[in-house]
Amino acid sequence: MEMDLRNLQGYANIFMTIFLVVMLYWYIIHLYRSEKKGVRDYEKYGNIALDDSVTSTPVEDKPASQREYKEENK
Amino acid sequence: MQSNAALEYDYSLAKKFTFLTILFGILGMVVGTLIAAQMAFPELNYLLGEYGTFSRLRPVHTNTVVFGFTVSGIFATWFYLGQRVLKVSIAESKFLMVIGNIQFWLYFVVALAATVSLLFGVSSSKEYAQYEWPFDLGVVVVWVLWGIGMMGLIGIRREKALYISVWYYLACFLGVAMLYLFNNMAIPTYFATEGLGSILHSVSMYSGTNDALVQWWYGHNAVAFGFTVPIVGMIYYFLPKESGQAIYSYKLSLLSFWGLMFVYLWAGSHHLLWSTVPDWMQTMGSAFSVVLILPSWGSAINMLLTMKGEWNQLTDNPLIKFMVLASTFYMLSTIEGPIQAIRSVNAIAHFTDWIPGHVHDGTLGWVTFMIMAAIFHMSPRMFKREIYSKKLMEAQFWLQTVAVVLYFTSMWIAGITQGMMWRAVDEYGNLMYSFIDTVTVLHPYYTIRALSGVMYLTGFIMFAYNIYKTMTSGRVLTEEPQFRTPMA
Repeated sequence: MEMDLRNLQGYANIFMTIFLVVMLYWYIIHLYRSEKKGVRDYEKYGNIALDDSVTSTPVEDKPASQREYKEENK
Repeated sequence: MQSNAALEYDYSLAKKFTFLTILFGILGMVVGTLIAAQMAFPELNYLLGEYGTFSRLRPVHTNTVVFGFTVSGIFATWFYLGQRVLKVSIAESKFLMVIGNIQFWLYFVVALAATVSLLFGVSSSKEYAQYEWPFDLGVVVVWVLWGIGMMGLIGIRREKALYISVWYYLACFLGVAMLYLFNNMAIPTYFATEGLGSILHSVSMYSGTNDALVQWWYGHNAVAFGFTVPIVGMIYYFLPKESGQAIYSYKLSLLSFWGLMFVYLWAGSHHLLWSTVPDWMQTMGSAFSVVLILPSWGSAINMLLTMKGEWNQLTDNPLIKFMVLASTFYMLSTIEGPIQAIRSVNAIAHFTDWIPGHVHDGTLGWVTFMIMAAIFHMSPRMFKREIYSKKLMEAQFWLQTVAVVLYFTSMWIAGITQGMMWRAVDEYGNLMYSFIDTVTVLHPYYTIRALSGVMYLTGFIMFAYNIYKTMTSGRVLTEEPQFRTPMA
């Protein structure tokens, strides 16, 4: 079969699609595995919207080296 | 740095953009209702000479509701919820306040000037991208300023984790930037010809099939990154916050996000089925459109499940009603779109009124409902006053819901009738109907659509009045409500 540019584009598209689908499924597995292993609790991030006052304790604090407004504004 | 005063969120920018959202909303919907009426009663084309014709007003309608109303709503909600989920006040950085204010005023001037330019017939004639190059440049500067402000706020945040809504706003910023730049690439003729012709004229860098492909890659993804992504970002914040329920599954929200990012960009070629673009590209557009149901419904179902065990709120809080209905319309339009993208269905649906019907159950039912709900939620927090009238809100809800249903059902019937009539042939293979036959048959449905437009616009004016009265005479609140929005 003749391999012109259009065919190449088609094949590239199919392979990229398969690759990205695999990535997406891997991501699902990754999310559940890291939660099971205790690496990260994703569901706690849902609280960011509920407890969103400027003085609330962050769900995940930024390292002290980065910024410390809270102390400055006390 | 405000070391002496108690730290508070600064809503000045959110308020300014809220006013613009309402202003552009009214403007865009008035024009939309007028052009819907023109479809039913063509005499209405001659009210204002050349400035009142359908061809002039249609781009004014689409661009005002997209770049005026929706984008203002995106900015307003960003300047509100961006601070809250990052747990940082924008007023903590003078630089960000200055950038935000420049963004606001420049945006206001550019959006208004661009709208007026369309009214005067200055147009690049690319659908949803009609602004000519000087206005495009203005839009780019506004967008870059928003990006600087957004990244800046993220940079000084206290909350390390970026809440899912922030991801969506970031995607909106990056997606629109990329799409807008590429599709609007054009050569200004005045400079290319050393002074010939109008300075407000340009020629696209693409032509023929390539132009069509870039245009619909843009057109469809403008829906993705303007009408879907930021609105999902809004509902992920406002529904949990209003109901006091955390997102049902945060993991599902992350997965839906990446699914949406991955799939959406490939679906645009479904606008070009049965055209001259390569066949595999058309198939890809169809296939990806169908796959798109998964991430879209992933988000919508996640929102509905967030209300699990709390459905009683639907009956006594009209704001929850607005958001649940928005989510439901999101589901409806994201199943309808893939159906229309199937080749055989598209053979009937393409170029018919079913398409604007589909667009409007998404924009009226999903986008506008969500933006109004967001403004209702933000108002008592921004103005420190109770919502003026719960009854008015309820009445508005039902009026607009009926309006959306009338709009899309009339367009379903009109579109399918139209599609069937266009392709009907007699026993010898001759077409059975001329174009005007379809127009005659469709007249009642066009009238229903115009009526639904009047109803929806009336509802929006009720909304604007309710917000105005909230600002001016709502009961003053002594402290910020935590979850449920207080209303009289």
